[in-house]
Amino acid sequence: MDEKVLNSVDEPLVLDNHLTMSLGPHVKSSESTRRIMLDVIIALTPAMIGAIYFFGLNAAMLIAISIASAVLFEAATQKFFKKDILIGDLSAVVTGLLLAFNLPANAPWWIAVFGAAFAIIVVKEFFGGIGSNFMNPALAARVALVSSWPVIMGTYIGPDGVTGATPMVLIKSGSVDLPSIGNMFIGNIGGSLGETSALLLLIGTAYLFIRKVIDWKIPFIYIGTTIVMLFILGVKPELLIYHLFGGGLILGAFFMATDYSSSPITPNGKILFGIGAGILTALMRVKGGMPEGVSYAILLMNVASPVIEKFTKPKVFGRVK
Amino acid sequence: MALKFTFKGGIHVPENKSFTEDKKIETAKNPKIVYIPLHQHVGAPCKPLVKKGDIVKIGQKIGDSDAAVSAPVHSSISGVVKGIEKKYSAGGRQTECIVIESDGEENYDDSLISHKKGDKLSHEEIEKIVREAGIVGMGGAGFPTGTKLITSKGSIDSIILNGAECEPYLTCDHRLMLEEAEKVINGLEIMLDYFETAKGYIGVEDNKKDAIEALKKAAQGHSNIEIITLESKFPQGDSYRMVDSILKRKVPQGGRGKDVNCIINNVGTAAAISDAVLEGKPSYERIITVTGNGVKTPKNLMVKIGTTIGDVIEQCGGFNGTPAKIISGGPMTGITQFDLDAPIIKATCGILVLNEEEVNKEKVMPCIKCGKCVDICPVFLEPLFISANSLKDRFEEAEALNALSCIACGSCSFICPAKRPLTESIVHAKREINKKRRKS
Repeated sequence: MDEKVLNSVDEPLVLDNHLTMSLGPHVKSSESTRRIMLDVIIALTPAMIGAIYFFGLNAAMLIAISIASAVLFEAATQKFFKKDILIGDLSAVVTGLLLAFNLPANAPWWIAVFGAAFAIIVVKEFFGGIGSNFMNPALAARVALVSSWPVIMGTYIGPDGVTGATPMVLIKSGSVDLPSIGNMFIGNIGGSLGETSALLLLIGTAYLFIRKVIDWKIPFIYIGTTIVMLFILGVKPELLIYHLFGGGLILGAFFMATDYSSSPITPNGKILFGIGAGILTALMRVKGGMPEGVSYAILLMNVASPVIEKFTKPKVFGRVK
Repeated sequence: MALKFTFKGGIHVPENKSFTEDKKIETAKNPKIVYIPLHQHVGAPCKPLVKKGDIVKIGQKIGDSDAAVSAPVHSSISGVVKGIEKKYSAGGRQTECIVIESDGEENYDDSLISHKKGDKLSHEEIEKIVREAGIVGMGGAGFPTGTKLITSKGSIDSIILNGAECEPYLTCDHRLMLEEAEKVINGLEIMLDYFETAKGYIGVEDNKKDAIEALKKAAQGHSNIEIITLESKFPQGDSYRMVDSILKRKVPQGGRGKDVNCIINNVGTAAAISDAVLEGKPSYERIITVTGNGVKTPKNLMVKIGTTIGDVIEQCGGFNGTPAKIISGGPMTGITQFDLDAPIIKATCGILVLNEEEVNKEKVMPCIKCGKCVDICPVFLEPLFISANSLKDRFEEAEALNALSCIACGSCSFICPAKRPLTESIVHAKREINKKRRKS
């Protein structure tokens, strides 16, 4: 036989194992749900440390209880419904942490437990678990708590442990005794425990953008619309900075409104969501009875998301009408 | 340079081209046995022109069809026809194969005559040579090139050669453009003779700088040829993406390049046209990349069509460790193989062998609606919703969400953090929708 001819008869290749058959793709990215949730936790960590620094041990206790109960309630519910236990994806930790961020620093421990139960069992698991919640669980729980225990949820202590009112409350009551802008930016003011430090939240936000966890559209359009609307509604320009950094807008826009499953998935839908939440927040802050409007604005837009998604379907490439 | 040649959407996949990108094309030894599939292309299968016991030569036509959309097949070795056998080819299709046993000789068939460069050939002559040479799209699609030429006549103003090679691991087009740039340009010139008023473009991803240089050098003096540097991004090599990136034209859904006055061919196809016209050589061999951690010595090999996957791997030193997945083509859109005797066809770009730890066995998690699939879909679909419907057998809803527009590039499944089988389930929906359409 010519040497140019391959002789495979002497030593034929053999397969002594099973080959995997599947449709493509045969490679996958290293992304995972757990990694995304871990990124959110990392992004929230500066603000969490800040909260403990400003508000002390009770803040640390609330954060710990809130996270622990969220994880526990998730595992218990999934076990009860005989579903896979998915606490390893860390999403319950994120919910627990965000819930704690929404509580006054002097709230009693059982407020965190009730909030976590409502967020995880009612808002998340009853509707199908991760990815299926139609509202942001932590925000829905905050609103449930505000409706049930308005006094506890409406009484804030400042970092000094005494003065309470948040800048939003002060503005609403017409007070001129507002904190300094510097103190407000670093978070040395009254407010729920995780919302006060714009600086630390923005550090976390920068990390989320670097890791490409969130898209810019919802948060920036939301904040931009809020400021423009407040101006249109006659809020004095010098007060706008308090509206930006003094309430829940930074936390809400970057960490709550960007919740994957309760916000639109389409690019144009994200824009509409941001505009809607901005208009509602400004309207509620200026015309409403309450000093703050971020929670309700986001929750209302959460509910509108499926409709927004329907009307903003992307146009398929090369589709001829 | 303000204009960037790319498209909207897409992903960056680890390239893994370093296995073979610096390796010269090596001519493989002739196999002892080849299985020449009678159906290697889009369109009608061929009918055999030989029978058991016949003696055949290299390049001899052994199967053909009268159908408008088809391409003949040729023997790739000289030897004896042992019979006709039904087999799955590396293209994943079950087809009749002509089994030829080598006689160790190198006898060439000379029914295809060669022409000199610059010979003025008529349209009919070019069509006939391309068809008789059995040339089909060598980038993986396998559309008969003769048919493409004939049906595109009239309105073509641009000819695009696809040298993107966006699939990870594969380097056969890269090596071809680098080592045989002249041939690629010659093939394009022949097409430019055919479409007299057209302009030629060769699109190459910017990760193949040396190939771009080689082509630019070979194209010197050809004022009607432009080499385009594309951003390296998957699936750049998809033909619609090529047209969009280079000409900024959108091929309508289900349409062809012709609908926007252009024609797209793989660089390998252009080289095959050059071989056929200038050397009288039919399409009976091609360059493939044999690669991956599962292969001892990864190579770019010139192999005879009909060589089995097993023979090809053996020429690369055999398996490295225990293979877990053998893929014909690239890792994004390639077809998994189960038979080492499956023959290489004209559209096979490579053989990739993955080991156990590289085969994805991660648990499928619930969709978290992160929207990454929507962000990267090059066709602007919503893969998560189509997939969800498909997995519940709701194919009408999947169709309403434009499942049929999916190009099955695999980007959504690649990017999904929940490891959901998005592409896979959409492909399933497409099959079901098409099945139903055929019935009604």
